[in-house]
Amino acid sequence: MKLPIYLDNHSTTPCDPRVVEAMLPYFTEKFGNSASRNHSFGWASEEGVDTARKQIAKLIHADPKEIVFTSGATESDNLAIKGVLEMYREKGDHIITSSTEHRAVIDTTKALEKKGVKVTYLDVGKDGMVNPEDVRNAITEKTILISIMLANNEIGTINPIKEIGKIAKEKGILFHCDATQGVGKIPVDVQELGVDLMAFTSHKIYGPKGIGALYVRRKGPRVRLEPMIHGGGHERGMRSGTIPVPLVVGFGKACELCEQEMDAEAERLIKLRDRLEEGITKELEEVYLNGHRTERLPGNLNLSFAYVEGEALLMGVKEIALSSGSACTSATLEPSYVLRALGVGSDLAHSSIRFGLGRFNTAEEVEYTIDRMVKAVNHLRAMSPLYEMAKDGVDLSTVQWAAH
Amino acid sequence: MAYSEKVIDHYNNPRNMGSFKKEEEGVGTGIVGAPECGDVMKLQIKVENDTIVDAKFKTFGCGSAIASSSLATEWLKGKTVEEAGNIKNTEIVQELNLPPVKIHCSVLAEDAIKSALNDYKKKAEESPKVESVATSS
Repeated sequence: MKLPIYLDNHSTTPCDPRVVEAMLPYFTEKFGNSASRNHSFGWASEEGVDTARKQIAKLIHADPKEIVFTSGATESDNLAIKGVLEMYREKGDHIITSSTEHRAVIDTTKALEKKGVKVTYLDVGKDGMVNPEDVRNAITEKTILISIMLANNEIGTINPIKEIGKIAKEKGILFHCDATQGVGKIPVDVQELGVDLMAFTSHKIYGPKGIGALYVRRKGPRVRLEPMIHGGGHERGMRSGTIPVPLVVGFGKACELCEQEMDAEAERLIKLRDRLEEGITKELEEVYLNGHRTERLPGNLNLSFAYVEGEALLMGVKEIALSSGSACTSATLEPSYVLRALGVGSDLAHSSIRFGLGRFNTAEEVEYTIDRMVKAVNHLRAMSPLYEMAKDGVDLSTVQWAAH
Repeated sequence: MAYSEKVIDHYNNPRNMGSFKKEEEGVGTGIVGAPECGDVMKLQIKVENDTIVDAKFKTFGCGSAIASSSLATEWLKGKTVEEAGNIKNTEIVQELNLPPVKIHCSVLAEDAIKSALNDYKKKAEESPKVESVATSS
């Protein structure tokens, strides 16, 4: 087993070697501009792009023409939300989204609010799920877009997109879904889900960074978008700019591999994840799961370790790459807004660790991680005044803290 | 963020980690911070003849908070009560090479020192020169 161990697969993933292999010819031999229609260099590149577009569309059950390439999911979210708003503004100016969306959505809607757009941020349940009826109740005559994520990047909770899709359709409102964490990990069918726009990206599914896609529905309804980037009219005029052919080819290959291996991989990851949780909770008391117990991404495990602070815990397991909801790991010094939205207390939000298992993790790595986590938590609890007080029977919620 | 070697050393080998009984004679206890803010420090001093003969800490917080309080206990030992009051957070920042985002950890350590000293002084005033240990439970 090699150290360090990478357990931060929600953040990004390594390229699958098969993906890299597929990309390589497109850097040197097949380097043409896929928009060059009058020579063989262009045709070779165009062929690569066409194949990739089909592979990507197949993974989400879309038509290849409905795939618009972008630089990544952040751009896709921006294009979907701003593009719809500018195109349909005369119809209304109200967006419905949720409080646990990724910053790519929330920062975009916040920016629009400054321009007078009205935004409803729906609360989620304590398992992190959006209630479809809350979506229905938030709809007004002015609502032109609903934007709800498929699976959450911190807690892995999977939203009832299909039910929300039905409500959107019934009310004739466009529905955008940020599916960055879900595509490639769980089955996604844009017809079944009833989404009109959907953002996802390559680097979360073992493809290269710098390439993503926006699914844009062409039929029932035909969605139109005001582009953000002009110049050349590529991607049906929605996103101009020369297509980065090697990245697109890699993205396509990554999608193909996900489609072929998804079922087996999900099963394997769920086993590893459940073993990780069981191994940790067997040895440690007061460890709490954040998010939904079952409706969760296969590789996701988000735990709060009471009485220890997340960043200190990460420091104790330096040779394992993990992420924490602790304030100390963020630039804002605020603990995770996602965990806060679930009603997790600030103290437990500071104590949270996200384990993100992926394609290349092994059972041996999981056993190592269990052992290291248990030791680090015990080390820190021995040092923790809160643990000491709790052990002495002090109810920490009744203590008057000198907050700073 | 990369930690300085000194922070890592205090994290791995915390100095004077533990607790005194609060009621014990000559003990001053300071608890500062709040769980919601992500750090709570408990710092205790044991004073004999106006000199801090021992110090202990327990900290809930990031590595820099742990290191700041661990270092504080080292510095407190051997100082008089008055000298201890002069420890400045900037000295902790310098010694541990704390980055700007972690300066609040050193501030918290200074607050913990002050709070422990105040607690000691208050107790000393309330029960001047208790010779026996009969009051401790």
